[in-house]
Amino acid sequence: MSLRPVRLHIATAVLLLATATAWADEMERVLPVAHAATQKECGECHMAYQPGLLPAASWNRVMDGLADHFGDKATLPDAVAADIRAYLTRNAGRGDGRLLRISEQRWWLHEHDFRADVWRRKEVGSKANCEACHRLAGQGDYDH
Amino acid sequence: MKLSLTFAAAAALAAGSAFAAGGQRAALLDTLAAQAAKETPGFAGFSAERGRALYLGPHAGGKAETNACAACHTQTPTATGRHYKTGRDIPPMAVSATPKRFTDPAEVEKRFERDCPNVLGRACTAQEKGDFITYLSGQ
Repeated sequence: MSLRPVRLHIATAVLLLATATAWADEMERVLPVAHAATQKECGECHMAYQPGLLPAASWNRVMDGLADHFGDKATLPDAVAADIRAYLTRNAGRGDGRLLRISEQRWWLHEHDFRADVWRRKEVGSKANCEACHRLAGQGDYDH
Repeated sequence: MKLSLTFAAAAALAAGSAFAAGGQRAALLDTLAAQAAKETPGFAGFSAERGRALYLGPHAGGKAETNACAACHTQTPTATGRHYKTGRDIPPMAVSATPKRFTDPAEVEKRFERDCPNVLGRACTAQEKGDFITYLSGQ
């Protein structure tokens, strides 16, 4: 009887720890791209960013603007574009839907507060090149 | 038309790529040749030499950073290219290095539709497309 409160505390601590660990993982990992057309079409020119990295409103704006995709023409046949849009928006994450770039989202800026010259390194080249530093970014793993 | 078919097939064989891929490429070149015959007065077949000039550039009219195909794909079509902005690797354009190049008409059209405006500031003609494929089929 007298042990019960102690046991409860341990149980609570274990539960909290498990929750915290799961949360930490969730912060650095997103579901990998599981859609062949998205992987192929987006992945030709840059890493196929996981849908969880932008909110649905941002993905819709990206897909609306493929004729001028950050300065490049990246148009797709209508049916393919619709298929990719559906996948991205259905699996979208959270953030500011007014922003197109993942690298403009507040959480991203918070995590990437580096000196400007880091981005100019030859092996990095661009903020779009997640894999220059996060080797497993293509699989949704940003822990490393 | 017959010449382009023979040339593409020979190039594919020389490159050691699958016979099927060579056949698909030849069919694509035939389609382009039929278009070019309608579009370009005096069209007399595709030219690897014109294709090479198109590939190497430099061109005015497109974007300064991408003033030639070679800007991303490098001066050597057998080499791996690099996207000028994102740094993404691009498999070699040369058929000898990437045997499945120019075998899927939808894929080929998608790339020309995007990259001709990026490089030339306009769409490519059927003759330019055929020249380009003919050049790279022999590389």
